[in-house]
Amino acid sequence: MPAISLKVNQRAVTAEVEPRTLLVEFLREHLSLTGVHVGCDTSQCGACTVFVDGVSVKSCTMLAMEADGAEVTTIEGLAQGGKLHPMQQAFHEHHGLQCGFCTPGMVISSADLLKRNPRPTEGQVREWLEGNICRCTGYHNIVKAVLACAEGSAK
Amino acid sequence: MTTESKSLIGAPIARKEDRRFLTGTGRYTDDLNRLHQTHAVFLRSPHAHAKIVSINTSAAAAAPGVVAVYTGADIAADKVGGIPCGWLVKNKDGSNMVEPPHPALVADVVRHVGDQVAVVIAETKAQAKAALNLIEVEYDVLPAAATVRDAVAEGAPLVWEQAPGNTCFDWHLGDLAAVEAAFAKAHKIVEIEVTNNRLIPNAMEPRAAIGEYDAAGDMLTLYTTSQNPHLIRLLLGAFVLGVPEHKLRVVAPDVGGGFGSKIFHYAEEAVVVWAARKIGRPVKWTAERSESFMSDAHGRDTVMTAKLAVDREGNFLGFRVHNTANMGAYLSTFATAVPTYLSGTLMAGVYKTPAVYVEVRAVFTHTVPVDAYRGAGRPEATYVIERIVDKAARELGMDRLEIRKKNFIRTFPYKTPVALEYDTGDYDATLAMALEKADVKNYPSRVEASKKRGKLRGIGYSTYLEACGIAPSALVGALGARAGLYEAANVRVHPTGSVSVFTGTHSHGQGHETTFAQLVAQQLGIPFDKVEVVHGDSDKIPFGMGTYGSRSLSVGGSAIVKAVDKIIAKGKKIAAHLLEAGEADIEFKDGKFVVAGTDKSKAFGEIAFAAYVPHNYPIDTVEPGLDESAFYDPKNFTYPAGTHVVEVEVDPDTGVVTVESVVAADDVGVIINPMIVDGQMHGGLAQGIGQALFEECVYDESGQLLTGSYMTYSMPRAADFPMFKVGNHVTACTHNPIGAKGVGEVGAIGVPPATINAVLDALAPLGVTDIQMPATPEKVWRAIVAAKGSKAQ
Amino acid sequence: MKEFHFHRASSVADAVAAVKGASAGKFLAGGQSLLPVLKLEMAEPSDLVSISRIKELRGVCVDGNKLLIGAVTTHAEVAASSEVKKHIPGLAALAEHIGDAQVRNRGTIGGSVAHADPAADYPAALVALGATIKTDRRAIAAEDFFTGLFETALEPDELVVAVHFPIPEKSAYAKFASHASKYALCGVMVSKTGSDVRVAVTGAGQKVFRVPEMEKALAARFEPSALDGISISADDLLSDGQASAEYRAHLVTVMAKRAVAAA
Repeated sequence: MPAISLKVNQRAVTAEVEPRTLLVEFLREHLSLTGVHVGCDTSQCGACTVFVDGVSVKSCTMLAMEADGAEVTTIEGLAQGGKLHPMQQAFHEHHGLQCGFCTPGMVISSADLLKRNPRPTEGQVREWLEGNICRCTGYHNIVKAVLACAEGSAK
Repeated sequence: MTTESKSLIGAPIARKEDRRFLTGTGRYTDDLNRLHQTHAVFLRSPHAHAKIVSINTSAAAAAPGVVAVYTGADIAADKVGGIPCGWLVKNKDGSNMVEPPHPALVADVVRHVGDQVAVVIAETKAQAKAALNLIEVEYDVLPAAATVRDAVAEGAPLVWEQAPGNTCFDWHLGDLAAVEAAFAKAHKIVEIEVTNNRLIPNAMEPRAAIGEYDAAGDMLTLYTTSQNPHLIRLLLGAFVLGVPEHKLRVVAPDVGGGFGSKIFHYAEEAVVVWAARKIGRPVKWTAERSESFMSDAHGRDTVMTAKLAVDREGNFLGFRVHNTANMGAYLSTFATAVPTYLSGTLMAGVYKTPAVYVEVRAVFTHTVPVDAYRGAGRPEATYVIERIVDKAARELGMDRLEIRKKNFIRTFPYKTPVALEYDTGDYDATLAMALEKADVKNYPSRVEASKKRGKLRGIGYSTYLEACGIAPSALVGALGARAGLYEAANVRVHPTGSVSVFTGTHSHGQGHETTFAQLVAQQLGIPFDKVEVVHGDSDKIPFGMGTYGSRSLSVGGSAIVKAVDKIIAKGKKIAAHLLEAGEADIEFKDGKFVVAGTDKSKAFGEIAFAAYVPHNYPIDTVEPGLDESAFYDPKNFTYPAGTHVVEVEVDPDTGVVTVESVVAADDVGVIINPMIVDGQMHGGLAQGIGQALFEECVYDESGQLLTGSYMTYSMPRAADFPMFKVGNHVTACTHNPIGAKGVGEVGAIGVPPATINAVLDALAPLGVTDIQMPATPEKVWRAIVAAKGSKAQ
Repeated sequence: MKEFHFHRASSVADAVAAVKGASAGKFLAGGQSLLPVLKLEMAEPSDLVSISRIKELRGVCVDGNKLLIGAVTTHAEVAASSEVKKHIPGLAALAEHIGDAQVRNRGTIGGSVAHADPAADYPAALVALGATIKTDRRAIAAEDFFTGLFETALEPDELVVAVHFPIPEKSAYAKFASHASKYALCGVMVSKTGSDVRVAVTGAGQKVFRVPEMEKALAARFEPSALDGISISADDLLSDGQASAEYRAHLVTVMAKRAVAAA
C-alpha cells in the first residue's frame, strides 16, 4: 500500500492507505477524527468539509492520496488551547446548531468565507453556504452567527 | 413549581450541548466502534414488486472477509418476528384494519424498491459491499402501484392479497348526519382537492445501528439512531426477538436529527442484533444516503377532497373531508395513527364549525412505508383547512382574514365535533401580532415595487392550530394505541447537591440538556451548572416513550417537575427534623427550606448531604437518599396555535417563487428557553416551506424512486430563505404543571398553506386558482401559461 | 469504490505516459466530477493519474488578445483572477457560480471540460467565446471538442493542458440551476466581438449547442428585445424530473435575454 505524509491539525501523520481511500475515510477511520461527518454520497451535503491547505473542501470528494504533503484542519483542530475559534463561539452564542451533525462542515465553510470576504452581506453568506445542507435550523441562526462573527461581536 | 426571582424560566441560555458538537467531539452511532466489530450491508430490492424465485448466496459467502450472509429464510428459520405496527385502527364497521406481516428480511415477495432481501456481514465495509454484488437473486417482476391514485384504481395490482382494493382501513370520525344537514341549508358549498406531497425526512445523520452480544451475561445491546430507545427495546425485545427487557439494552447516543423518521423500529436494527448473537461479534450498519432515501419512512402523501358549507355571511356551517392516505408497502410503527388520530381529529382547526366529518381510506402501495414526519397528520389537516378557507373567502368575495376572524373559537374549553377539547388559546392575539410583524399595512407599496421589477407579489395567511403531546394513555389505548403515552423521569440529587436528571425523552437537536436543566435548576433554586440531563440509554433511564409530537417539554418536562416535587416534599421532611419544626411549617423557596415566618433555614445542599450522610436524620420515618422518579400521563393534548404570514415574489418569466418574508406568531404556551424555541420555529418553517416549494418524493409508474439522492430531491438551502420573523403570545396550557404546549412542529404545520396561499395570491391576477405542492418553477410557469391560454380563448 | 492504482504525475509527459501504460487509465484533476462517478461505481479505471500538482498546468495569463487558463486552475481561482475579471468578466462570473464553494475550491477547468457533463457551465463559455482546447498533442476548437453526452474529441490518453479564450468585447452567462443538484437546467452564454455574436446553451441538450437564429438577431441589435419571439424547439432537448424539454426550451430564450442584458 502506498504511504502518505501530511499534517492534520498541526500534527505530522504518516500512514499507509489503499489508493481508493477517501480523505474523509482516512480522517474518520485511520485518525478517529469523527467530527468529520458523512451525510450524503453525492458530494452535496458538506458535512465532511475540512480545510486542505487553507481552503474548504469536501473530504468525501478527495482521495487521501491527494492530501499527501498537505495541511489538513478538521473541526477538531479549530479550537486553540481550549478556546473556541471565533466562528465556533458565534455558532454557540447565536444557537447556530441543533443536532450538530452538519455543524463541523458549516463552521469550516463559514470560516473559509470570512477568510476571503471578511464582511459579507447576508445574501453572500447564504450563497456561500450552498454546499452545506442543514435540516434543523432553517439556516436562520447559522447566517446570524456568521454575520455576527464577521462583525467581531462574538465574544 | 416556583417561577419567582431571577428566573431561569424564559432565559435565552446558550446550550450546554453545543461544545461537543462544535468541537467535533459529539458521539453519533457511526462514530462508535466496538471491539471485534463486523460490518453489515443490505441487499435491497431493485424492483417495486417482484417474487423472489431464487437466491444464491454461496459466492458471496465465499468472498474475502465475509463472516456471514443471511436471507429471509434464515430469519424465518430462527422465528424472528416481524416489525410490528404500534396502532390498531378500526374500520367504520368496527372490524380491524389489515395488518400484513413485515419481516426483517424478505423471503418471498419484495414490495418496494429498497426492501431488504439479504445481509452480508464482513470484516470491513468494503468487503461486505464487494460480496453483496455476488449474491444472485432471480426475480419475477410483477406490476406495481406506487401512488395513491394508482393504488385505488380499478384493477390495481395488489400489494397484499388480504387487502382488496389495497385498502388497509376505512375509518371515520364525526357526525355525518349533522354535516349533511348543514350542507342542506348552506348558502354555498366550497370544494377543493389537495395533495400533500410525499416527503423524505432527510435528517442529516443517516440511520445507523450496532448490535452486540455479550455471551457471558447473555446480554444484547443495540446502539441506534433513535428518538425513543425504550420504545425500540419494547418492540425489538417483545415482538421481534423475544428477548426480555432486562437482557436487552438500547442506547441512542447523539442523534443527528430525526423529524419523526427515527421514531420507528426498523428492520436493520433487528437484523444487526439478531446477527450479532448468531456470529458472536458486534455487527455495525450505517446507511449511505442513497439507502436512506429508500429505507427511511417517508412522510405525508395524502390526497384529500373537502367541502365547506358556508352561509351568506361567511359562517362555516359544516366541513367534510375525504382523505386517501398512503401507508406504503408495510405498516410502520405509527403509520396508521397519522391520518386518523393525528390528522382527522384536527379538522376543526381554530374554527367553530359546528359539524365536521372526516373519512380516511388508508391504502397500501409498492413504496417505502410512510409514517410520521415533522407535524405528522397535522400539516395535512391544516393544509386542507387553510386552503379551503381562502377559497371560501374568494368565492364569497370576502376578505381572507375577515372570514377567519368571523369563525374563530373564542370560548374555552371548547369541545370540537372531532373529539378534541381545546383547553385554551387566543387566536386573535397571534393574528394581530402576525399582521404587525408582517407590516401588512405597507403591503400595497411592496406590490408596486415588485411590479416595477416585473414581478408578481403575493401574501398568504394561515391561522393554524395543532395538537401536541398525544395523550392520555387511557384514551389512546381505547383508540387502538398499543403503547402508553406518558413520560418518565428520575431526578437524582447527589450528596453534595448537584443533580442528575434522567429523562425518557430523547434530544436530537432540541436542546433538552439545556431546557430541562433550566427547569430543574429553577425549581430547586440551584445553579444551572449543577444540573446534568441524561437521556438515550435504556439501562440508565427508568423508562421513556421518547421524543415526537412536540411532547418533550409538555409531557417529559412535566414528569421531571413531578419528580422534583417529590424531591422537595422529601426535603421538607428532612428539613423539618433538622430545623426542629413541623413538616407543615417548612416552605421551600429560592433553594432553601425555611421555617415559615422565621429566619431558620437549611440550604438545599445541606438537605442533600443529610440525606446521604444521615447522622442526624428522621431515620424512623424517612429513608436515606434523595432520588425520586415520576411518571406523568397528561390529561389532554396541548394546543399550540398561531398565525403564519408569507410574502412571495413570482418571476412570471421563469415561474420561480422567491420567499420575501416569513412571519410566525405563535402561542406555544410557557417558554423556558426562547432562543431554543425560536430555533425550533426556524427549522419547522424551513421544512414547511420546503414542502410548499421544493421537496417532493416521486415514484414512476413502475415504482422506481426518481428522487433518490440530493441530485434529484430538492433540499432547502440557506439562499432559499429570508430571515424569519417569529414571535410568541403565551396562553399557558391549563393542564400541565409547566404551562408548555410544544413548539417542535408548529413551523412545519402552519406555513405550507400560508406559502401556497401567497403564491396563489400572486398569481390571482392572471387567473390561476390552484396549484399543488411543491410549487416548483416549472409548475408555476405551466399554471401561468395555462391561465393565459384559457384567458385567450 | 473499486480498487485502482494511483500515480502522481510530475509533468505532462509523465502523466500521459502513465495513462498510456495503464489498461484503463484516467487522469485525475480536482476530482469533483470523477470521484462522484467512481463512488457510484459507474466507472472502474485501473489507474488514476493525478495531474493536480503539475505546476505548468496551473494559472491564468494573458497572451495578446487571448486569455490562457491552465487545466488544473480551480473554479475559485478563475473566479478570483484579476486577469479574468478584467478581460472576460462574464467568465469570472460564470466560474463564481459553478457548483458550490467547496467544489469551486477543488474543481478545475480542465477536469470539467474533459468530463463534458451536459449540465456543466464551462462548455457554454468555451463555445460562446470560441475557445480552443490545448491538449498534450493538439489544439481543438471548442465546437469540435464536445461531441455528445459525456463525450469529447479527446483520445483516452490525451490530456487537456489549457483552454485559450479569445477576449470578447463583451460576454455574460445566465444560468437557471436545478434546485436540487445546482447543475444548470439551462445556462446561456452570449458573447459579442464586433459583428460576431455567439449564443451557446448548456444544460438543456445532450451537449452544448449554439442558437444561430438568436446570434443573427443579436448581431443586428444586441439587446434582449432582439430575442422577442425567438424560441427554440423542445424536440432534441433533455427532459427529466427536474425540467421538461418544453420548459427548458422556454428557459433558453429567457436566459439568453438575461445574459444579453448582463453583458
